Amino acid sequence: MVTTETVSVAAASDIVAVRHAVRRRAVEIRLSLVDQTKIVTAASELARNMLVYAGGGKVTLEVLHEGVRQGLRAHFVDTGPGISDLDLALRDGFTTGHGMGLGLGGAKRLVNEFDIESAPGIGNRVSITRWK
Amino acid sequence: MEKIPILKMGDFLLVTIQVDMHDQMAAALQDDLTSKIAELNAKGVLIDISSLDIVDSFIGRMLANTSTMARVLGAATVVVGMQPAVAITLVELGVNLSGMRTALNVERGMAMLRCDVDNPDLDGAARGHD
Repeated sequence: MVTTETVSVAAASDIVAVRHAVRRRAVEIRLSLVDQTKIVTAASELARNMLVYAGGGKVTLEVLHEGVRQGLRAHFVDTGPGISDLDLALRDGFTTGHGMGLGLGGAKRLVNEFDIESAPGIGNRVSITRWK
Repeated sequence: MEKIPILKMGDFLLVTIQVDMHDQMAAALQDDLTSKIAELNAKGVLIDISSLDIVDSFIGRMLANTSTMARVLGAATVVVGMQPAVAITLVELGVNLSGMRTALNVERGMAMLRCDVDNPDLDGAARGHD
């Protein structure tokens, strides 16, 4: 059984909406406060990345039930320029924008599973999962 | 746009962030605060973030930059009340918080600011960096 919810990101205020949606689902599956904070923060970084680099995108949340284990997964899908060098993009301090270059690498450290697919010219798809 | 209020208390400015700020709001606070420091000749700034349940790299950077800007303008800044889960997350995220002084609560933060004003010579040393 999977519950899903989608939030569109097109403006800075939508990043706040993403944080609230992720928090709501994280509380629902009773993640610890630290784990809630980690996945909400990771989602905030990735939503901002989509806005800054791709002009926006969509965030889809899934509540996962695997046997007795529950988890929260968030997919960040954009149709922006994509990333030409993923290894470089994941490195701390690397940025082509005005940020600190912590978005991707930092978000990866805050979750249990992190997947990224990028097609230059087509867009990115990043998925993060935090298990209970 | 909703604004974060800045209160004046003697030589100090007090800011209590009680809403989940979006990026423009955080940037506006940074501008307002630096203007107010210059306008009111403030000697210290206390920023209470105890109501924030997340601080991501953008807000973290805003807080660290504001501290540095305030110092350049001659005011000491203390960020107080960071929730433990937020502190853990910020460190793991890798945000550089050097240049930002923190205290557990408002009371301790105010004590730090008073100490700075009373001992201006100690400046750098009392802040434990520079």
